[in-house]
Amino acid sequence: MKRSLLEQLQSARDAVLPTVLITRLEDGAQALIVEDTVVTGDLAPDTALKDAAKDCLRQDKSRMVDGCFLQIFNPPLRLIVIGAVHIAQALVPMATLAGYAATVIDPRGAWASEARFPGVAVLQDWPEEVMVALKPDRRTAIVALTHDPKLDDPALAVALKSDAFYIGALGSKKTAAARAERLKAGGSDPDAIAGIDGPIGLNIGAVSPAEIAVSILAKMTLALRGPKGS
Amino acid sequence: MSDLIDPLTQAKEWQDQGLKVAVATVVETWGSSPRPAGSQLVVNEEAGFEGSVSGGCIEGAVVTEALDIMESGTPKLMEFGVSDAMAWEVGLACGGTVRVFVEKLEA
Repeated sequence: MKRSLLEQLQSARDAVLPTVLITRLEDGAQALIVEDTVVTGDLAPDTALKDAAKDCLRQDKSRMVDGCFLQIFNPPLRLIVIGAVHIAQALVPMATLAGYAATVIDPRGAWASEARFPGVAVLQDWPEEVMVALKPDRRTAIVALTHDPKLDDPALAVALKSDAFYIGALGSKKTAAARAERLKAGGSDPDAIAGIDGPIGLNIGAVSPAEIAVSILAKMTLALRGPKGS
Repeated sequence: MSDLIDPLTQAKEWQDQGLKVAVATVVETWGSSPRPAGSQLVVNEEAGFEGSVSGGCIEGAVVTEALDIMESGTPKLMEFGVSDAMAWEVGLACGGTVRVFVEKLEA
């Protein structure tokens, strides 16, 4: 790999652009595709290879095609947490380890303090406005943890209109049903509402905040990858 | 699919420090193998490394090969698997097969 190619690859990753590095294993010749454009390299990928690169990005999977290795660099996974609560304190570091860039939203200053979330992007704002600004995409998971409809509901309404691959909300079956009714009344799409994970997380009998965080991260992973063998 | 320290960022830093660097990438796996295609290990001339291409079972062999490749500049495709006597020696305990492409980071 040439240094100049590595630099272009890294700046594309820094700019959060979907990128594919193509390497011909026979001689190490390489090309870099950033979004839909071949930007550099000593290899000229044909249409079939370019199409395969697009497929790889969509499937979030690097693979061999025709003697070439197609290595994908998809934009990083994001996690948006509504509610700077105890579960969030456990979930954020776990999700960070799993590769998510986490943002916590909570307008309540006492909760959203730097001391409670050292080094984490904590936004002391009303979730609705921030959610719109954050533009959740298909690489984003959204978790509502406040238990407070004033905060959770508007955030979820924005989430339901997005391509987020996972939307979860804390609360019992009863709470979830009541929330679904409110969201429906607010004009959210019933099919999208049905897709909210609630009661939140994989049912592993989690009790403590950290255990609940594990169950949420497990369900997020399932939503992202699908079960093995599928 | 994220590593704690991004291997390519590390590779760039090492090269900035004047060290020779090689990049190893998992390009294919069969059966059970701990790290998916695209996983990377970067190695410097002092045998320092960052990232992973397996659960730790073939890293040693890859680092050794990487030290040669950063001298020669000729890339190489390595294969490890249960059918390979060498794999038993380096201990690919998971029973899978993995192919690793090793290349020099040119200036």
